[in-house]
Parts: sequence; structure tokens; C-alpha cells
Amino acid sequence: MNWFSLLFGPNGWGGLLLEGAVVTILLAVTTMPFGFGGGLALAIAKLSPNPAVRAFCEAYTTFFRGIPDLLSLFIVYFGLQALIDKVSKLLGFGGLEVHAFVAGVIALAVVVAAYSSEVWIAALKAVPRGQHEAAQALGLDQRRTFVLVVMPQLIRIALPGLGNIWTILLKETSLISTLAVMDLLRAASEASRNTTRPILFYSAAAAIYLVFSILSNVVQGKLERRANRGFA
Amino acid sequence: MLQTLQDNAATFFNFEMMSRYGYRLVQGLWITVQVVAISVVLGFLLAYPICLARMSRNRIVSAAGLSYVTFFRGTPLLCQLYLVYYGAGEIRPFLSDIGLWWLFRAAYFCCIFAFTLNTAAYQAEIMRGALSSVPRGQREAAAALGLSQYRVSRHVVWPQAFIVALRPFGNELIAMIKSSALAAIVTLLDLMGETRFIFARTFDFLIYVYAAIIYLVIVEIIRRLWGLIERSSSRHLLVAMRETQTTRGEDESRISRAGGHGLPHGGSPESQRA
Repeated sequence: MNWFSLLFGPNGWGGLLLEGAVVTILLAVTTMPFGFGGGLALAIAKLSPNPAVRAFCEAYTTFFRGIPDLLSLFIVYFGLQALIDKVSKLLGFGGLEVHAFVAGVIALAVVVAAYSSEVWIAALKAVPRGQHEAAQALGLDQRRTFVLVVMPQLIRIALPGLGNIWTILLKETSLISTLAVMDLLRAASEASRNTTRPILFYSAAAAIYLVFSILSNVVQGKLERRANRGFA
Repeated sequence: MLQTLQDNAATFFNFEMMSRYGYRLVQGLWITVQVVAISVVLGFLLAYPICLARMSRNRIVSAAGLSYVTFFRGTPLLCQLYLVYYGAGEIRPFLSDIGLWWLFRAAYFCCIFAFTLNTAAYQAEIMRGALSSVPRGQREAAAALGLSQYRVSRHVVWPQAFIVALRPFGNELIAMIKSSALAAIVTLLDLMGETRFIFARTFDFLIYVYAAIIYLVIVEIIRRLWGLIERSSSRHLLVAMRETQTTRGEDESRISRAGGHGLPHGGSPESQRA
């Protein structure tokens, strides 16, 4: 069979690849808020006056930035499973299993939080003290100072770094294919196993990843330009 | 008393598992070191022509360089690895004909091949950034002094670019060590592969923690080593900086980073505080 009908024919594998691509995007998009949010929380905690909190957050970041992402994935995945087994045994209902997609999102979010906390902390330090003082002088409470004054500036500064992490995350989702989630890469594996045409299907998968990367670059450029309007 | 102490130790360290499988971890570590070292060095050699292609004034050549870099940086390494590993199987008759099948048959070689191509793309971008950070005037001045083109590069441009590229190169090396764990997915028994093997035999979750500690130690060693290299290769900049720089805020530049740690020699206390 020629490549065209293998991909787009009536019994072609293009449909599976597209479904996989949707799963890949869903994985990345679902992970993003948890990962970036967790990273921001970590960054704020790292600036906390409590040394124990600081030490814990530093250790967390060092650990997950220093080990292979595949290993973090396994540790979170199997660790989570073991934890849930224990808890469910204690509570008396056995055999609770984490959905692989959910476990994948949690594992990715753990890693992304560690990566993005470094970006957030640099951004937090880049917002001048005077901004906090001025907000206080205007009578804003802590929450409002953060939401109305600090956050908008934070996002502008953190955007390039977060954009990088997004690109990494998009590619990282491919690791989830080892955990029985039918993402783009696993769909390509499935197709190539059934047709013995790995070059075709992995190239197709690579092409789709490439489109995602290029698109996110374009969007990032637009977002950064928008965030920087009014600045030189 | 002794018994409880032993029990406590056993919850954190599975002695039986390590006495049976410990040597496997060491073997795996050795494979990881080999794969990373070979790929990074070959990648470096490959990166230079790619970087030159990228900076070439010839449109076709620079477009080729750009496509290479975009492809390898825009797609997951795991996908590239599958493409090499399973793709080699598909074109086996062809590879046999040209006498290369014995190489591509081995997961070890496929990993090195894929990692080399991948890291070359990243290293090429690092080189390009570093080379273009050297001001044009440096090149022009050297040429005006009558240095040959090779000498301009060798004595004027490269030394300055080297300092800029050092930190990103270190980061790339660390990234490569971490990415090399993917080799385990294509059956190579590197550190990660051996870890998965031992886990499959013992179902002891601790083995993943041990592997994590080994990776952490390697990464930390490289970070320290890089700190040393960086400090020794930018000493002259530190002196210049201390003379000119009056304020040092949250500057993340490489020079102040290198100088931010306790300086081993030179400089009055005032200048360090400045």
C-alpha cells in the first residue's frame, strides 16, 4: 500500500493519529494551569520567611530538575499508585486505580512546577519593591496588591520563560505514551506495529509535533508583543 | 535494639536487593556515561558545520541549517529515537547492502545516533548565539591588524564566544544526561534501563529513588565542575568588572554570576560588596 492510502485511505491510520494529536494537546493544556500555578506557589514559598518552607521548596526543585523527566514520571506514577493503594486499603475499598491520563497530568505538572518556579522567582524578584510600597500606600490589601499590581507585571516578565517551558511540556507529553495513554506518539507506534511502516508513521507524528511547536512559537511571539505594548 | 536499628535501616535501604542487583546499577551507570559522552562530543563536532550553515549568507544553505535545527528542536527526542530505532529495521535490506546493519541493529548505537543528531541542533544554536554575541568590530579590528581569517577566529572570536557559550553548553550536557534515560525505552540497559529491570524483578519502589539519587549526584558534580571552569575562564572579566561596575543588583549575567560566589583571590572587601 502506498503512504497516502495508509494515512488517509478508508482503512488509513490518519484518524488514529489525529485522535492522538488531540490527546497530546489535551495533556499539555490540562497540565499547564496546574504546572504553572504550582510553580508560582513554589516561587512564593521560596521567598517565605520560614526557613523550613524554603528548604523544602528548594529541595523539591533541585530534585525534579536534577533527575530525568522519565524517572520523575515513573516515581510520581508508581508512587501515586502505591499511595492510593495504601489509602484505599485503610479506608476499606480495594482496587482503586488512577486513570493513566490523570496520573500523566499529575506527573507532568509536578515536573513543570519545578521548572517554572525558577522562571516565576526571577520574575518576582524583578518587580521593584516600590510597586509593593506604592500599592500599600494606596490602601490595597495583600491579595489586591498581588492580583492588581504585581501579577500583571509578573506575567510580562515571565512570559518568555514560561513559553519555553510550554514548548518543553508539549514535547514531554510524548513520555506519557509509555504509560498506556493513546497520545500522538503511541498512536504512531500502534499504526507502525500494524503496518510495519515505522518510518512513515513516526515521520507523520514528528510533522504534527513540528506544526504544534511552530504554532506555539507564533502564538508566543504575539503574546509577548501584546504583553510588551507600551514598553520600548 | 540492634534489631530495630537494622529494621529501620532496611526500610530505607534494601540490602538484599542491592547485594543482588547493585552491580547492575553500576553497569547501567557506565553505559549512560558512555552514551552521553560520545553523543555530546560527536554532537559538538556536527554542530559547528550546522552553525556555519545557519549563519551562511547563501539562502539555500542557511535554510537547510534552519530546517535541521527546527526539526530536531521542535519534535520530541523520543519520537526521533523511535524513528531511528524502528526505522532502521524497516530499511534493513538497504542498510545490509551498504554494510551498516550491524551498527543500526544495536540499541546502543541507535541511541548514540539519535542523541548526537538531537544535541547537535541545540549545540549549533548555542554556538550561533555565542558567535553572534562577539561584536563585529572585534573581527574587523583583527583583520585590520593583518591576521588571517583562521587566526581571527582562533585568537579573537572563539575565546570570547567560548565564555558566552560555556554556561549553555553545561546546561545542554545536563539536559542530555537527563534525556539519555529515554534509551531505556528502546531496550538499552543504561542506568534507567537497569532500574526498570530491577524494579520488574523486585517490585521495590525504592530502586527508583536510588536511581534518582545517582542522577542527582552526576548532575551536581557537573554543575560544580562547570562553576570551576567558568570561574577560571572568566577571571580577566572579573577584574575588569570590579573596576567598572558600581552596582550589582539581581543581575543574572554570566559575569556577575561567576563573581557572585566567594572570590578565591584578589579584590578588596569593598569591591566585593559593591
